[in-house]
Amino acid sequence: MVWCPDWPVVTARDTADAASSHAPVAVLAGGRIVACSQSARGIGVRRGMRKREAQSRCPDLVVLPRDEAVEARRFEPAIRAVEAIVAGVEVIRPGLLCLAAGGPARHLGGEPALATRLQEAVSWTAEEVAVGIADGAFAAEQAARRAVVVPAGGSAAFLADLPIGTLDAFGDSALVDVLRRLGIWTLGGFAALPARDVAARFGPGGAWAHRQAGGRDDRPVVVREPPVDCSVTVELEPAVDRVDVVAFSARNAVETFVNNLSARALACSCVELEVMSEAGECAARRWRGTGVLSASDVIDRIRWQIEGWLHAADGTARLTAGIARLRIIPIETVPTGTHQQALWGGDGEAGERARRAIARVQTMLGFDGVVAPAVVGGRGPAQRTQLLPWGEEREPARRVAEPWPGHLPSPAPSVLVDPPAPIELLDAGGRVVVVGDRGALLRPPTRLGLRRESAVEVTSWAGPWPADERWWDPGSATRVARMQVVDVRGRAYLVAGEMTTGAGTAEPRWVLEGIYD
Amino acid sequence: MLDQALRNPIRERPPAPITAAALGARSPALPVHPALHDLLPDGLRRGSTVSVSGSLSLLLALLADASAEGAWCVLVDLPVGSATRLGAEAARDYGIDLARLPVVPAAGESWTNVVGALLDAFDIVAARAPARLADGDLRRLAARARSRDSVLLPFLTGQRWPMADLRLTAEPGEWSGIGDGHGRLARRRMRVSVEGRGQAGRSRRVALWLPGGQGGVEPYGDELAPVVELSGVRRSAS
Repeated sequence: MVWCPDWPVVTARDTADAASSHAPVAVLAGGRIVACSQSARGIGVRRGMRKREAQSRCPDLVVLPRDEAVEARRFEPAIRAVEAIVAGVEVIRPGLLCLAAGGPARHLGGEPALATRLQEAVSWTAEEVAVGIADGAFAAEQAARRAVVVPAGGSAAFLADLPIGTLDAFGDSALVDVLRRLGIWTLGGFAALPARDVAARFGPGGAWAHRQAGGRDDRPVVVREPPVDCSVTVELEPAVDRVDVVAFSARNAVETFVNNLSARALACSCVELEVMSEAGECAARRWRGTGVLSASDVIDRIRWQIEGWLHAADGTARLTAGIARLRIIPIETVPTGTHQQALWGGDGEAGERARRAIARVQTMLGFDGVVAPAVVGGRGPAQRTQLLPWGEEREPARRVAEPWPGHLPSPAPSVLVDPPAPIELLDAGGRVVVVGDRGALLRPPTRLGLRRESAVEVTSWAGPWPADERWWDPGSATRVARMQVVDVRGRAYLVAGEMTTGAGTAEPRWVLEGIYD
Repeated sequence: MLDQALRNPIRERPPAPITAAALGARSPALPVHPALHDLLPDGLRRGSTVSVSGSLSLLLALLADASAEGAWCVLVDLPVGSATRLGAEAARDYGIDLARLPVVPAAGESWTNVVGALLDAFDIVAARAPARLADGDLRRLAARARSRDSVLLPFLTGQRWPMADLRLTAEPGEWSGIGDGHGRLARRRMRVSVEGRGQAGRSRRVALWLPGGQGGVEPYGDELAPVVELSGVRRSAS
């Protein structure tokens, strides 16, 4: 197991400015701290904390956003350095990779020699690196965190004294909580319980943790030879050189891949991704999950791998042309019974089905064919609705919570006209309604219509409410007055008059912004 | 993607899940807002087709409680009109959870396929009916909704949808709060009529505040009632 400590911190720090190079740093994703530097940890910042909680413990903490693309790109040279020494490297995530140590250790004259060799090779590409060797993936990861080589057969003894919380990297495991309350404080204490009782009380997840605690997770429960025909191939025509497009195109194939396996009551725990570029270059890499790989896990790995190959940090990208073919091959599978929970996540079956249906519609109509509506901050109702392609996670453009002076109280129009359509708002004399210098109408509106001839009678109206938008920027400053108008058929409209700044009594350009349908 | 699908046309399908419908049991109906109980006493029955016309607000109000309780809803070809989009704020104010409300703004030629695919997975599919639709397609969609236990809400703009179990029609409303140059749009009194086939076929008309004062739907009751309640004095009938 080769481990680069706090990889998200290392990469985020490199991309951020130099000022953060000595201050305590934490990396934030989804509102939670996902990694922090050694100095921050010393002050009490932990993974899984909220930003505010972390900052209250460490006021000068520098919080950086997470950038998985950079993490993958920066880790690529390290993977290649290891691949130059040994074959059969499996990447778990950027910052952590594992390999079978038996053969190379014999070749290089013992496990400590192999560890030194790996450490030297990787230290060219990453500042900090730790190598650990032990029986089983969990024990090896713990060994890497402490940079020790555990002799064969010594894993159980090595793990025995570690605190029980080691099992629970994110601090949210109910199992660990229960064990603590039962008075079990070390992994050794947990491993000493009879396996059958643990399985009966805590189910498959508990049984797996029990195997980990005893250093007996070197092999999944039963490894089955994966069926050959379960691999899937994605042909990209024309070739694609953008990571997000490849990931999106592969989504359906990945769903098929996972569904085919689950129809055989299998789940994949290790997958090989084979990529061929337009120029005929071929590259393959194996990825191992900590549990089983769900469809979104596989997509993540496709993203990381292609990011690394197309934009490797040291400028030696392995692929020079766009990607023409992607093949996903199951390397190791386990029966689903033991990991069913991880397969679907906590979101429920209905959500998973809905998401699959959306993906199907997106293949019919294109990625933009399904949109997700969201309420964002803004003055005009049109600005307060944001439509993004479904599946694209993005921060809201403007926050709702901030004050937005000039925004109309509810009810909001149910239909927005985008772009606003020019409309005729006429007074009794058939002239365009004009807003005076003081923001009041000179003559009330009596007729409204898309065209002058088809205008219908106005029964009631309210406003105008002025909104000076972007007054600080002469280039884009607009003066807008909004009005609500109800016509004789009882239909209510939101209209806006756009005025040229300065000339107060010029005829505004009236547009239809919304319909209260 | 397409050429790959053509090359491997026969793909092994996972076994179909056993649905409640296959076992002869119906899942409980989807809830609707209490103000709509006079229109739909049992809520939205799963597997049924309920056509809506006259008001997008009425459609949003129908989705609200089901969506808030975790149902997945989807809008297809809505709102009506080429250069229009849904007002997310209005949808949220009716009580819809936007995280479970994808919108397909323009299904175009593949309307039937899109609606069919969505009926497989979503609890409620609300779709603007295209100008012309073959009778066979109507029947197939109704059957799909019935077999998948989902609710199809065709939004009609003048067309007919003979397969609908219930038809909801909103009449032009009256806005209050707005005057001749003063006030603002506050709420709208709207009459909604319902008619249908079979037992539930008795046609009814119900008045609603749609939207009500806070943007949601409210029952239309006696205006003076809250005043009486607040003052604590019972008015004599004389």
